[in-house]
This record gives sequence, C-alpha cells and structure tokens, in this order.
Amino acid sequence: MAHTEAVGHDPHYYVPQPSIYPFILAGGLFLLALGFILFMNNYGAGSWTMIGGAGVILTVLYRWFGKVIFESQSGSYRDWEDKSFRYGMIWFIASEVAFFAAFFGALFYLRNISVPDLLGMLPAHGVTLYPDYKDLSWPASGAGPAALSFTPMGAWGLPAINTALLLTSGATITWAHWALLKNNRKQLNLGLLLTIVLGVLFLSLQAYEYHHAYNELGLTMGAGVYGATFFMLTGFHGFHVTLGAIMLMVVYGRCLSGHFTAERHFAFEGVAWYWHFVDVVWLGLFVFVYWL
Amino acid sequence: MSQTTTAPHDTHHDTHYPGGITRWLTTTNHKEIGSMYLIFALIMFFVGGAMILAVRAELFQPGLQLMQPEFFNQLIGIHALIMIFAALMPAATGFANWQIPLMIGAPDMALPRINNLGFWLLPPAAILLTLPFLLAVFGIGDGALNTGWTMYAPLSVQGGIGVDFAIFSIHILGISSILGSINVIVTIFNLRAPGMTMMKLPIFAWGWLITAFLLIATIPVLAGAVTMLLTDRHFGTHFFNAAGGGDPILFQHLFWFFGHPEVYILLLPLWGLMPHVLATFSRKPIYGYKAQVYSFIAIGLLSVVVWAHHFFTAGLPVGALLYFMYSTMAISLPLAVLFFCWIATMWKGAMTFETPMLFAQGFIIMFGVAGLTGLVLADVAADAQYHHSYFVIAHFHFALFAGGIMGVMTGVYYWLPKWTGHMYDEKLGKLHFWLTVISFNLTFMPQFFVGLAGMPRRIPDYALQFTEFNAISTVGSFILGFSQLIFAWVIYKCIKGGEKAEGRVWEGADGLEWELSSPPPLHSWNTPPVVK
Repeated sequence: MAHTEAVGHDPHYYVPQPSIYPFILAGGLFLLALGFILFMNNYGAGSWTMIGGAGVILTVLYRWFGKVIFESQSGSYRDWEDKSFRYGMIWFIASEVAFFAAFFGALFYLRNISVPDLLGMLPAHGVTLYPDYKDLSWPASGAGPAALSFTPMGAWGLPAINTALLLTSGATITWAHWALLKNNRKQLNLGLLLTIVLGVLFLSLQAYEYHHAYNELGLTMGAGVYGATFFMLTGFHGFHVTLGAIMLMVVYGRCLSGHFTAERHFAFEGVAWYWHFVDVVWLGLFVFVYWL
Repeated sequence: MSQTTTAPHDTHHDTHYPGGITRWLTTTNHKEIGSMYLIFALIMFFVGGAMILAVRAELFQPGLQLMQPEFFNQLIGIHALIMIFAALMPAATGFANWQIPLMIGAPDMALPRINNLGFWLLPPAAILLTLPFLLAVFGIGDGALNTGWTMYAPLSVQGGIGVDFAIFSIHILGISSILGSINVIVTIFNLRAPGMTMMKLPIFAWGWLITAFLLIATIPVLAGAVTMLLTDRHFGTHFFNAAGGGDPILFQHLFWFFGHPEVYILLLPLWGLMPHVLATFSRKPIYGYKAQVYSFIAIGLLSVVVWAHHFFTAGLPVGALLYFMYSTMAISLPLAVLFFCWIATMWKGAMTFETPMLFAQGFIIMFGVAGLTGLVLADVAADAQYHHSYFVIAHFHFALFAGGIMGVMTGVYYWLPKWTGHMYDEKLGKLHFWLTVISFNLTFMPQFFVGLAGMPRRIPDYALQFTEFNAISTVGSFILGFSQLIFAWVIYKCIKGGEKAEGRVWEGADGLEWELSSPPPLHSWNTPPVVK
C-alpha cells in the first residue's frame, strides 16, 4: 500500500476558498433555537429572536447557494466534484428516511402495542382497564382512555386526490428530466412548472384539510395518539413538500436562465430525487395514516 | 467535458487566507477544522469533568454536603451529554478530519464548507446545553436539564426550561453529526487515491465509515424522539402520555434505538485506530484485516437491533426479553474477533511501549472488562439486580472512558507528532498514562461492588454501608481529573516546540500519512498518490 508515485495530468479536486457562511448559518440556527425556546416558555424576547435567527438563516442560505450556483456556472465543478454532490444528496435523503422512520415507528407502536395494551386487548392481560371505552378499533381508539370525540380523516376524499396530485408530479418531473437529457428546453420548463403547480396545489389542499380537521372534525394535535401521529406525520411531510417546492422553484428559475446541460445538472437531479422521496413518504402516509 | 474550461479550479496557490480569528471562522481546510474539533473536545472534556468532580465531591460522604438534589440531577445529565456529544464525538470527528484525507490520499474532505459548518454548530449547541445554569442565576428558569441524559418521559415532559434547551441542543448536535457523517462517507467513497480499493482502505477509515452509517441511521430517530417530547411538552400531543393512548416506554424505545448504536458510534473509530497503533509498535502488519472489517460491519448491523436491553426492567413481553438478550449477546462474537485480532497483531512482535502503545494496552484490557460486565448485564435475569445501579455506571465508564477517552488519548499521542511536527514529552506522556490508568481503576472498580450491593445511580445520598467505597471512588476521581492537566500540558508543549518529528514518526508505521512531512503541508495530496 505504501508505494506511491505522482500522476502526470492535472486531477485537482475543487477545494473552495475560506467562507464565512457556515459560521453565520450556525449563529442563525442558534438564534432560531434560542428564540423558539424562549417563545414556548412565554418570554417576550423569544419571537423577535426567532425572527432574527430565521432572517439570518434565509439570508446566508441565499448567499451560499448563490455562490455555489456561481461556482457551478463558472465551471469549477467537474465529474469528480459532481459525484461528491450526488453521494452527499443520497446520504442526506437517507437521514431524512430515518427521521420519518421514527414517526412511522411511533405510529406502529402506539397503534399495535400501546393503545391495545391500555385498553386491555392484549391476551396476556385479560383485564379491560377502561370498561366504558366502547370503540376499540383504530382510529377511533386512538383517542385513548381520555377520549376526546373526533372524526378520523377518511382516505378517499382529499387524501386520494392529493395522492393522485403527488404521483402525477413525480411523473411530470421525470418528463422534465427526459427533456433535459434530450436538450428539449421547452418541455423541460413546462415539466418543471407543472410539477411546481401540482406541489403547490397539494399544499393548498393539505392546508384546507387541516382547517377542516380542526374546525369540523374536532381532530387536533391533542386528539389522542391518532391526532398526534396524524399531524406530526402529515405536518413534517408537508414541511418537506414545502422545502421541495421551494427548491423546485429555484431550479425552475435556473432553467429559465439557461442553466444546466444534458451532461451536467446535479441540482436538478438532486431536487428530483428529493421530490421522489417526499412522494414515497406520502404513499406510506396514505396507506398507514389515512387508509388502513 | 469541462477540461477545456478556463475557470480556476485549483485555487490553492492564489488563496489569500484571512488572518487571526477570521481564519478559524472561515477555514475550509480539513487540518484546521480537525484541530478545531480536537481543541473543542479537549475544552469540553474539562468542562464535563469539572461537573462530575463536583458530583463526586458530593458523594464523598453520605448525606447532603455541597448541593441540593436538583442541582445534582442537572450536573449528572449535562456531564453525560457533554462527554458524549461535545467531547468524545468531536474528538473522533477531529481524528477523521485530520487523518482520513491523509490516509486515503485525498486532497481534503469532499465537502469542505459543510465540514466547517459541522464544526461551528458545536459551540452553539454547547452553549444551549449549559446556558440554563447561567439563566437560573438570573432567575430565568430552574436550571439545566434535570432528568439525566436519557430524558425519559414523563419526567422530561414535566421538566423545566432546561429540557427545551437540551432538546434544541440535541437537534443542533445532530445536524452537525449528520453533516460530518455525510462528509466522511463521500470522502471515503469518492476521494480515495487511485488504486486504493475498499479492501485496501486503512482500517481506521473503515471504522469511521461504519460509524457514519450508524449516525445517519440513528441520529434522525433521536431527533424524532425529542421532537415528540417537545410537542408533548408544549403542543398538546400524547405520544408519551397514557391518558391519550400514548406510552412513556415508547420514548425509551426511540431513545435507545439511537442510544445503543451511539455506543458503537463512539467506539468504532477507536477500534479502527487500535490495529494501526498495535501494528506500528509491534512492527508487524495488521492481523486479520478482513476479519476486522467484517466484524465492524456485523457489529454495525447488530447494534441497531438490540436496543431494548437498556430497559429490560421496564415491563416488556417475555418474547421481547429473550430476543433482546440473545441478540445482545451475539454482539460479543464479532467483538471477540476484534480482541483476538488485536492480540494476534502483537503476537511475537518486536514490541516497544511508547505512550500510544501503553494507552492501547490499557484500552484492550479495560475495554475487555467493559465487554465482560456488559455480557452479564445482557442477561435478563441478572439485569434485574444490576439495573440502574452503580454497576451500570462502572460498566459504561469502562466502555466509554477506558474504551472511548483512552482510545482518543491513544490516537492523540500516536498522531500528535504528525500534526505538530514535534515529538511530545515521552516521560510526561508515560506519567499521564500511569496516573490515568491507576486512578481510573481506583474510581470505577469500587463502583462495581457498591452497585452489586445495591447502591442506585443518580441519587445524591446513599446508605452508610457504601461510605468507604464511595470515598475511595471520589479520591480516585480527583486524581483522575487532575492527571488530565498533564495531558493538556503535554499537548501544549508539543504544539509549542520540542524535538523535530520525522515524516515517518514511528519506525514501524505503515500507510500514506507517514509519507508526508511532519507536519504535513497545509494542502496535502493535491495530486493524488497512486496506490499499488
């Protein structure tokens, strides 16, 4: 292993100049977290600290991504660097999968172990702890012993439409990708625009669904573990769709400016992967949160 | 396709480095970031150590002498979080930053700005963790996290503002760990020197690779768990509250799904380091390279399916108890492979005992104690006696101090001449080793016995019969704590000057990093070496 020799040609990897952005971003995150803690504990300075932190984060992200786009456009990145970004994005998405796995795991545990156990349904107990508790089937039982009355969210109304919207958006972004590979810019732009429209439509329907849940169904975050898992899973998913939609808009703007070539378009592909990821998470949600 | 571009893709030669503090804030260089990680870890090691010395002082005698139980509770939890997240993990990441690019012939870490962000997230997280102590002095809140580092519900649901600070500190530490892990994985996959296949990869890099996978798989689960805790505390959910159908034990499942692999996250980089040190000072090649790599992978896989052995007494079904007992014990098989490979590496070698080798010997023997006591803890029937006693404390300090901290010290002494270009003071190094190893055993060996006799952990007072062993333990801990000042002094002296170190610092050392000068140039392997 120890024998080495110099390589003839110029295989330098791009190591960026010193940058202050990471340090400022860390400071922004600190302010955001500190502000949120103070806000939740009813200290007056909290909300302003949060807003300040969020402002710092957004500004520095805008500048940082701007710099990366500039570097990309000026040809700093070649195949070697491109591969690093791809690996990086894959493992970032893997960590996101693990994050959602925690909430799905909580859902399965609560639904299959905790609630039946509390209601005395497990054969080992043979004792019903809460004899007054009538409806033992999920999702009604998800309110737990301290039952709040709520109506569960049905699967075949808005959620089914949302499923169709997201699946279609997965198809349109792939259509746009094919166009990029064939250097068909018109179809590329149209495909991306359609994807963004479908994503925003999805988010609007989700917002309407939340409104409906809170005001008409009595389904709130406090409505037992059904409400908790429902809002945390769909909420974090919605947050990720929002992030994905913002990233899509950036990529769309770059496409309109003529960025990306058939050979070099990591940003487009990374965002497409991310979009497919939120799509797959939604399918899990539709089956396990809404349907079954 | 971009070969014709005229844009400057090699900026090394025309870079103007900012001076002073700005240089450290902005650096994208893996060596400078590695140094920052290591210095931060050393500082936090003393902060966490000072906290636990206060705890040991309180435990010197039965009864309450120095502090109220509330403050005692805050100290033990913050001590643990600091030692794990702000001392051990950053130290290992510092090793990764310094050594992986040198060892695999890479010009830097693959994502240098992300690397810098990974470091600079640590100070805010450490501030968030400890700030509540200060706020309490000014009458804001009731102090830091007071639940112990495990933050079990429902105690943590009911706790004060310190729990919120800890939750967000963990979020930020988690982001830092994930960014660091992505960097390690991408660097190893994409920046290896030509000809360095995965099975020629230095075993230290292998250890870190498995660590990085574990971090990516488990840190987000911890983030999810503390997020549920946060919503239970402030937004009316019932994840851990039986009144709404939830279950406090769910928190334990989620926490230890992260928490058990975390043990291997702390140890795998050091298991990767050990073979290098043992081979160097035995002047023999590493024995059983493949066996060790496969053991790393096996331990990594097993570590995510054994979590419930941390709460055998919580009330799990018998089937679950049996499964988690047997799967936990199965980990001892690949671990035994590692031990035998370490011993076989030294077998009939021309061994010398410089400080890193001394620490490696201490590591093997005392980490062996940790492994064997872990085996009895994995026994469901026996665990009912040991659980939540000082036996557990002694066990995991043999794992995480003797296995973790002493492993880090092995690495520091082994690589310090490479990093600074100077030899450290061998006499002081040896003195540091002997003081550490003796006082460590003086501190923790008695805890096995008081634990077996029934002394519970996390209680500031204890029954009279435990007095003598606790007094010994406290004396040991103070010697242990103050001995570490020698460590800091040795490092300081070594940075400042000393005998010049050669490129190949140790005569038996093998690997790419030793072909560079000591210290290596700021940018090394700009042109990748070819490995045959």
